[in-house]
Formats: sequence, structure tokens, C-alpha cells
Amino acid sequence: MNMLIYLIPIALLMGGMGLLAFLWSLKSGQYDDLEGAAWRILGEDEADRKKP
Amino acid sequence: MSCCSMDTESVLALSATSSSAEETRLASHPLGAGLRQLDLSVPDVHCGACISTIERALSALAFVRKARVNLTARRVTCVYQEELDEGVTDPSEILAAINAAGYRAHLFTPSTPESDRTRNQLLLAVGVSGFAAANIMLLSVSVWSGADAATRDMFHWISAMIAAPALVYAGRFFFKSAWNVLKRGRTNMDVPISLAVTLSYAVSLWETAHHGEHAWFDASVSLLFFLLIGRTLDHVMREKARAAINGLARLAPRGALLMMPDGSQRYIAVEEIAVGDEISIAAGERVPVDGVVVSGESDVDLSIVTGESSAVAVAAGSEVNSGAMNLTGSLVFRATRLARNSLLSEIIALMEAAEGGRARYRRIADRAAALYSPAVHLLALISFLAWGFLGGDWKHAMLVAVAVLIITCPCALGLAVPVVQVVAAGELFRKGIMVKDGSVLERLGEADIVAFDKTGTLTMGRPRLIRIETIENGSAAIARGLATHSRHPLSEALVRDTDDVPIPFFDSIAEIPGGGLEAKTGSDVYRLGSAVFACGTTFIPRAGDSPFSEVVLSKNGVDLARFFFDDTLRPGAAEAVGQLDAAGLGTLMVSGDRQTVVDNTARALGIDRALGALTPKQKVEECQRLSDQGHCVLMVGDGLNDAPALAAAHVSMAPATASDIGRQAADLVFFNDRLDAVPEAIVVARRSASLIRQNFALAIGYNVLAVPIAIAGLATPLIAAVAMSTSSIIVVTNALRLNAFGKRPGIRSTERAGGQAEVKTA
Repeated sequence: MNMLIYLIPIALLMGGMGLLAFLWSLKSGQYDDLEGAAWRILGEDEADRKKP
Repeated sequence: MSCCSMDTESVLALSATSSSAEETRLASHPLGAGLRQLDLSVPDVHCGACISTIERALSALAFVRKARVNLTARRVTCVYQEELDEGVTDPSEILAAINAAGYRAHLFTPSTPESDRTRNQLLLAVGVSGFAAANIMLLSVSVWSGADAATRDMFHWISAMIAAPALVYAGRFFFKSAWNVLKRGRTNMDVPISLAVTLSYAVSLWETAHHGEHAWFDASVSLLFFLLIGRTLDHVMREKARAAINGLARLAPRGALLMMPDGSQRYIAVEEIAVGDEISIAAGERVPVDGVVVSGESDVDLSIVTGESSAVAVAAGSEVNSGAMNLTGSLVFRATRLARNSLLSEIIALMEAAEGGRARYRRIADRAAALYSPAVHLLALISFLAWGFLGGDWKHAMLVAVAVLIITCPCALGLAVPVVQVVAAGELFRKGIMVKDGSVLERLGEADIVAFDKTGTLTMGRPRLIRIETIENGSAAIARGLATHSRHPLSEALVRDTDDVPIPFFDSIAEIPGGGLEAKTGSDVYRLGSAVFACGTTFIPRAGDSPFSEVVLSKNGVDLARFFFDDTLRPGAAEAVGQLDAAGLGTLMVSGDRQTVVDNTARALGIDRALGALTPKQKVEECQRLSDQGHCVLMVGDGLNDAPALAAAHVSMAPATASDIGRQAADLVFFNDRLDAVPEAIVVARRSASLIRQNFALAIGYNVLAVPIAIAGLATPLIAAVAMSTSSIIVVTNALRLNAFGKRPGIRSTERAGGQAEVKTA
């Protein structure tokens, strides 16, 4: 029983962190171009073709 | 389907390279600090290589700060500097760079970004309700597996605290919609959802406060979770198609060169053109507003406006409608109407009026809800009263009523329609057909008459040489030699369709706007063009009502050869008409072109009825007449003149080569050249209609089993949760069968058409 006092908040906290990560990814536009993202993995690193 | 086969050339190639620096600057919007953002639509991008090619090509430009390709929407967003040290930059170089990389690029005005926001809000709500459902479910499982007394109470309180914000946040879509409907004294599927969710939360809270054994927090939250998935799928499907359709080029010009009184020229936006302004239109540009030609001679292509396929000669005094393409010579033109009063806008107004009629269509889900939700409410009320009066325990009666509401809650029903539609839309997308929203598939499944436009739909709007009458040998070579110097569609067809022979030498060649080409060799004068131009007044033209366009080659006023052109039929047109016939659909042709041309095409394709020389208004009237007779019309068309009819018909389809307004008006857009897309779409729509019916049957069947259990008061939270999830999973699995259908051959009863009618996958 005493365990629960620690475990439940920890479980909720971890779930909440997952939720926050999802919210962040949504806000930063990572779902805007799902098809393109799939192809970009195969491309070169964008850092390689930064302009001087 | 390969994206490379998206041949939109015939229309788009004309507008592809005509963007000037001013026009491009007008289309981009300032970001501040000397930066501007330009949005371009690039319909050809289809893979990872395209992304990196374009991005690399753009990054190579000195003034481009950032370039990013969005493959889903087929768009490029480019941020560039307005000024460099060397001076003002020319943003049309961005278009040039993309063209040089081998892709067509068009200016693009982003539509309302609001839709994206709705999608993000829905996704957020799915995330929040999913998080809440998962955590509450964990706690519930502990309760079910034997937690009691203080522990159970604590778990229930924690569940209540997780559920409350989740319900308020994720449930607001349903609450809002339910409230809106209730205000108007009607009901829809969202009413029982909202009622069940709030009631079950309230009762569970009350139970928890009184140390009750059962609480329904898990049920109410996971119910929301499932329903939100359905709603998000529905929304995403609509947006995906819309983004890609918007991503294609816009044909309406953005501005024009204004002739100032002092002789200079200035580029102004279309909205700023006033009546009486003189504007200059170069060859290859579109006419922005209705007006009268002041000076200059040219041929204009009205196919997008009227459907008439051959070019019309214009000179000073001719009236020209907006949307016409100026082909050969440059014109000075006086505006007689404002952009908002021009033909383009009239057609849009006609379209909006026609769309009002279709807005009365009610989706299957709404029709089901109209029957279903009163029944559910009544059932819950009856069980509440019955348990209350018979059992005397009103608290228990309340619990039973809530259980009935939860168990009958249209979770599976909410998924039944959108899941099938998303799967069907995906299937069609793979075949190169885009669906704008879910109700399109329902309406398409009901279609029983298909009305085709001619130019651009049944035909490619691309002339083809069909017959040569030569009087002297070698004249075809001379004609070919002359034609290579012109961009007129008939000249291009002549070059394309004659043999590649050595071209004779000419001393000089001139293109005479409104007439044709004139070449001089020594003392001989060759002319290629209309009969009157080539042979002067000595030639008596034949009946002007021939179904073919005619070009005459003459030497010193005596005709040497005549060339006859016909429009190219769209590949697969005859097969498509055959398949539609076999599937029991009537076919009809409505065209603005001459009756003889229309009859000729109808005969070639085996279309039942052909109507020619129709105005946009008459097309709408024909559609309305048919629907008054109880038919459901599928209109297939592409031009500006078809747009009102596309909007008025029960359901409509347009090729990707259609005018912007045509694509906006149509419910489905197909990218392949082949017209097979029409029967294919009907097959998928009919299958999805039958799957939707099956899903309704499954969902209702589930209710028939589950409701008695709930009314009997036996529904524990565990049973409710399991039953609800199972019904949803069954419905989703059933929807996925649509993909399996795809492997089987086409429309039923195609055997009559003799085997060739089997549906080909693109």
C-alpha cells in the first residue's frame, strides 16, 4: 500500500512526459509532411548542404 | 500510380513559365527584416530524390535563405532576401531554378491555415484522451482484480482527477456540436455521446464520494478516445485531398501590365484593374478581366471558358472574356468590367448558387443518427423509470440508465463510416484519384447517370492531325517547315504528327496574328493558316460546320494541301464508357462545343445522348432537370464553363488538367490521363457503400446483444469496456476488407461487355 504512494505519481509523471513529448512534436510541425519525412531519412544530412 | 505520369502539360505548360519577377513578388508575402516567403506548388514531386534535388537547386541560389519541400501537399516553401549587396533580387529565379531541375512550379496562394489548426487540435485531443484512458484503465484493472475499501476509493479519486480535465479538453468537440444542434431543437449523434459522457462522470463521482463499488471513469474516457479517432480520420482524409488539390497550379492571372498615359508600363494586381484601364497582354498570357481589344491581332484559346476547342481570331474591337488564353500576338486591351464582375466571377457566383442545392444532402451517419439517438435516449429513459418504479431503488435505476447510454453509445457507429471512407480514399489515392470529403463516396455510390464534358475530359484538348489532302507532292514537308516556327496548337500538332523530313529553306518567315504563317522563298510566297488567309478571297470556304479544324497551305494564293485536325480522345475513354454502360449507368455528353463536333465524338465513344453548344447555365439546367426526374448525376468536366454544372450535379469529377475553379468545384480529381478513373471510382464507392451498410449492421447487431445485458442491470464496467472495444475492432477490421476487394476484378456484370471491361489498375 505504501508503495503506491510513490508508484502512482511516478506512473502518472512518466505518462505525462509522453504526452508532453507528443504535444511538443505536434506543435513543432512534425506531422505536417509525413510522406516527406519518410523519404528524408534516406537523404543526406541537411547539415551537409548548408550554405557557406 | 507513378506521379511522373501526372500529365497536366496541355494546360499547365502554357502558364508554367509566364511568371515575371513582379508577379512572383506579388505572390510572396513579407516576413519582415527584408525577408519574403514564397509558396510554390510543384505537382511533380513524388519521392525523396525530388525533395533533395529541389532543395539543393534552391539552396544554390545566393539570395535563398531556406527552402523546404512538403511532399504531402506537393509544395515548396522558400524564404528569400529581398535585397542583397548587389541590389534587388529577382524571385522569379526561384521558379527558373525549379524548372531547370526538371520540375514544373507554379505560384500558389496558401488557403486558410485554419484547417491545419483543427487537425492539430483533434490530434491533441486524441493524445490527451488516450493518455487519460490508458492511465485510468490501469487503475481500473487494479480495482477489478480486487482492490477494496480505502485503496479502491483512492484509485477512484485519482481516476476522477485524471478524467475531469481530459473530458473537458477532449470532449469539447462533441459538447459544442451537441449544444449547437440542441439549440436549434434537433438532435445528432453527438447528443447521446455528450449525455453519456457527462452523466457517467457525474454518477461515477457520486459513487466514489459514497464509497461505491463501481465507477465508470474508464468507460467515459475511452469512449471519447475511440470517437475522437474516428473524427480525426474523417478530418484528415478531407484535408489531405484538399491540400493536394490546392497545391496544383492556379490558372487565373494575378495581375497585368497597365499602360500608363505617359507610355510607361506598370504591373498591377488583378483587383486594381479599373474599368477603362488599358492593359497589355503578351502572347501566352491569360486575359485577367473582360474587355475589348484596342489594338493588335491575335488568336485566343477559349477552351477553358466556353469549351470551344479551336482558337478564335481577334482584332481591334473584339470582345474577350476573362480566362481566355492569348496565343499568337500581343494585344492592348481595355477593361470593360472589374475583376469581380468578370465572367470568371459570374461563373463562381453561379457555382455557389448551385452548391446551395447540394448542401441539402445529408450524410449516412447523420441520417442514422436521426433514427438512432432518439431510440437510445428513449431506451435509457424507459430503463431508468422501469428500474425506479419496479425496483424502488432510484440510485440503481440511474446506474442502469447510464450503463444503457454507455453501452449503446455509438462508438462502433462513430467509426463505421469514417474508417471505411479513409480506407476507400486511400485505395482511390493509390489509383490516382483524390476524394475531397467522405460524403463524396456516399454520393458517388448512388450515381446512375454520367454526364461528360467534351474538351479536356473525353478529349485531351490537344489537336491531332487526322487527314492530309495534298495536291502537290512535298507540300507536307513545306507545311511542316513552316509550322515549326509557330506555337499555335494546330502548328504544334502538324509538326508532331507528320514525318520528320528535311525542312526546305525559306528566306523569311513571319507569323501573322489572326491568320497564320507566311514564308518567302525567292519570289514565291507560301502561306499556312485558315483558308481565307492562305488563299485570299479567291477561295470559297467549305461549310463551316465540319467536325474537324482545317489548315490550308498555299503557294502564291493557290492551295497546295489541306490538313484536317481532330481532338485526341482521352486514353481509356471508350473503355470507360463501355464499363459504365455495362454497370447499368446512363451516359450523356454536355459540351459547349459545336453540335457536329459533339455528335462525332459521341459516335466514336458510344455515348447515349449528346448535347452541344450549351452555355454554363444550360449545363446546370440539364443537371437539375435530370435530378428532378430522380436521377443522381455524376458530372465529369474540366473547364471553367463546367464548374457550375460540377457544383450542381449530385457528385462530380475533374481531371487534374482542369481549370482551378473546375478542380475546386469537383468532388473528385483524377491524375491519370486515362478516363478509366471514372468507373474505378464508382466501383470503390459502391464497395465502400456496401461495407458501410455492413458496419451499421454489425454495430446495431452488437447493440441488440449488449442492450438487454445493460437493461438487465448486469453490465459491469469490465463488460461495458470489453464489449465496446470489441465492437469497434470488428468494425475497423471489416473496413479493411476493402483492400482485399481491390484484388478482385471490376464492376459486377462486366461479362456482358465482352471481357475488355475489366477494371485496370493504374
